[in-house]
Amino acid sequence: MTHKAPAGRTLRVEALARVEGEGAMHIETRDGEVTDVQLRIYEPPRFFEAFLRGRAHTEPPDLTARICGICPVAYQMSACRAIEDACGVMVDGPLEQLRRLIYCGEWIESHTLHVYLLHAPDFLGVDSAIELAETERAAVERGLRLKKAGNEIVELIGGRAIHPVNVRVGGFYRVPTRRELAPLAETLERARDDALETVRWVAGFDFPDYEHDYTFVSLREPDRYPVLQGRLISNRGLDVAESAFLDHVVEEHVAHSTALHAHLGRDENYLVGPLARYNLNAEFLTPGAAGAALDAGLGSVCRNPYRSIVVRAVEVLHACETALSIIASYEEPDRPAVDVEPRPGIGHGCTEAPRGLLYHRYEIDESGSILDACIVPPTSQNQPTIEHDLWHVVEDNIDLDDAALTWRCEQTIRNYDPCISCSAHFLDLTRDDR
Amino acid sequence: VTSTRATPTVVIGVGNSFRRDDGVGEAVAEHVRDALAPVGEWVQVMARDGEPARLIDAWDGAGLAIVVDAMRSGGRVGAVHRVEVDPLEGPPPAELLESAAQASTHGAGVGEAVALGRALGRLPRRLVVFAVEGEDFGDGPGLSTRVEAAVAEVAALVVAELAP
Repeated sequence: MTHKAPAGRTLRVEALARVEGEGAMHIETRDGEVTDVQLRIYEPPRFFEAFLRGRAHTEPPDLTARICGICPVAYQMSACRAIEDACGVMVDGPLEQLRRLIYCGEWIESHTLHVYLLHAPDFLGVDSAIELAETERAAVERGLRLKKAGNEIVELIGGRAIHPVNVRVGGFYRVPTRRELAPLAETLERARDDALETVRWVAGFDFPDYEHDYTFVSLREPDRYPVLQGRLISNRGLDVAESAFLDHVVEEHVAHSTALHAHLGRDENYLVGPLARYNLNAEFLTPGAAGAALDAGLGSVCRNPYRSIVVRAVEVLHACETALSIIASYEEPDRPAVDVEPRPGIGHGCTEAPRGLLYHRYEIDESGSILDACIVPPTSQNQPTIEHDLWHVVEDNIDLDDAALTWRCEQTIRNYDPCISCSAHFLDLTRDDR
Repeated sequence: VTSTRATPTVVIGVGNSFRRDDGVGEAVAEHVRDALAPVGEWVQVMARDGEPARLIDAWDGAGLAIVVDAMRSGGRVGAVHRVEVDPLEGPPPAELLESAAQASTHGAGVGEAVALGRALGRLPRRLVVFAVEGEDFGDGPGLSTRVEAAVAEVAALVVAELAP
């Protein structure tokens, strides 16, 4: 597996059988030209859409949290907001602030896991986080400490370290007291320092020289960096209510994958996630995060997908600072949840999961029974863009040997932190000279 | 049983209870929790999804950690394998832990957590892994019949392991 570019070759990267995060990549070249790129990603939401029909309107937060062990809060928040939208309820004040707080915890956890344990090894030339722990032990320890701060937020507000059980439609089963939040603030002070150090660390990595004029799509909140709600905007003029999501995003079946691919309109690829959020909302970063982004050389627009690791680190710092400010101003609400009485209708909920826009839509009847459910996860929205990047990355690096080219392809896939991030470590390569 | 606050004993059920037999770890943990309910305090029973950093946090500082996970090696469904991991040396029992990892929520699982924990000096003083052979890792809750039938037996093994 060490040759210069053969006339034709196949890079096939197949995940071993596993439970969640099945994915595979297939790339073919002919005479130095890429002739085919296929990425296959397994998608659990399809099962859940069917599973939810006939369930009560109070159940989606608990059930959809099971879709992803890494971002259950995102699923809960999109589910809550969609059901509340259907029922004509708006949750605001301290309850909304607590939602933002637990979401900060998830961003910290998920991004830190990805930055340190999954993506950094690609940049530092080591095979895994285990090897990284041997070469850069202090960095990995910092990563685990930072991630744990996120865990602590989710556990305190969510009631459990995994699959939080304290979230419900309308709010929470129980809300924390000011006193209970105080130790979290101490943890977060330390986490803020670790997060700043993380930005500096990743900013020093070598980034492949690749840029693309992407269509970025994210939420836009009126006065803050988006997470919980907002209008759906892009850098090409899209600006619509989240209820119009399915008027603009078209999901289609493609022959090589059981997962749906999403496009804007008929065929426009787009990108969701940290890079899109940053490029469309950087002015709303907390001061510390904005300063760190500037020092890291991100600029006002970043079109190099490999630098998404820097943006993730900046968002972790933003989440730490946001969480601290929510805790500082927290007033215990009068009650842990507002009543959400069912009524027949359709509701939409869009929030910013760590890896990008997560859309839920529910149709319920007068008793609250779910008639129809639709979930569009970020990875299916990014999938055509990942394939596009792979196409160009292979063309630009056709002279690399198979091992180096596969490495670069995996690194490229991980720019998007798709649900297959973990499984990519099991990737296997075969070559086919023709 | 000797356990102090400084070196607690933890029982960790690993997996995703919405992926059929991958829920066996959590089911065993629940069973152990019920069995220990009258004496409760000296052992912490918890569920984790197998993500390595969370596992390391869960067992860090423990005197004894018992992990229960699903595996799929093609063996007899419901069979239980017991492995004791040396915290300091020797490779982790790779084959067993990898087949457990294949059945865990994110691919990465107990095997990676052991390797990472050892590299960072963050393994419990004693680590015992029970891996239960599953057959159905499809979507949805509920264990397959033969795995369900093994839950009480595995829980009894865990409780016996906790005894002095």
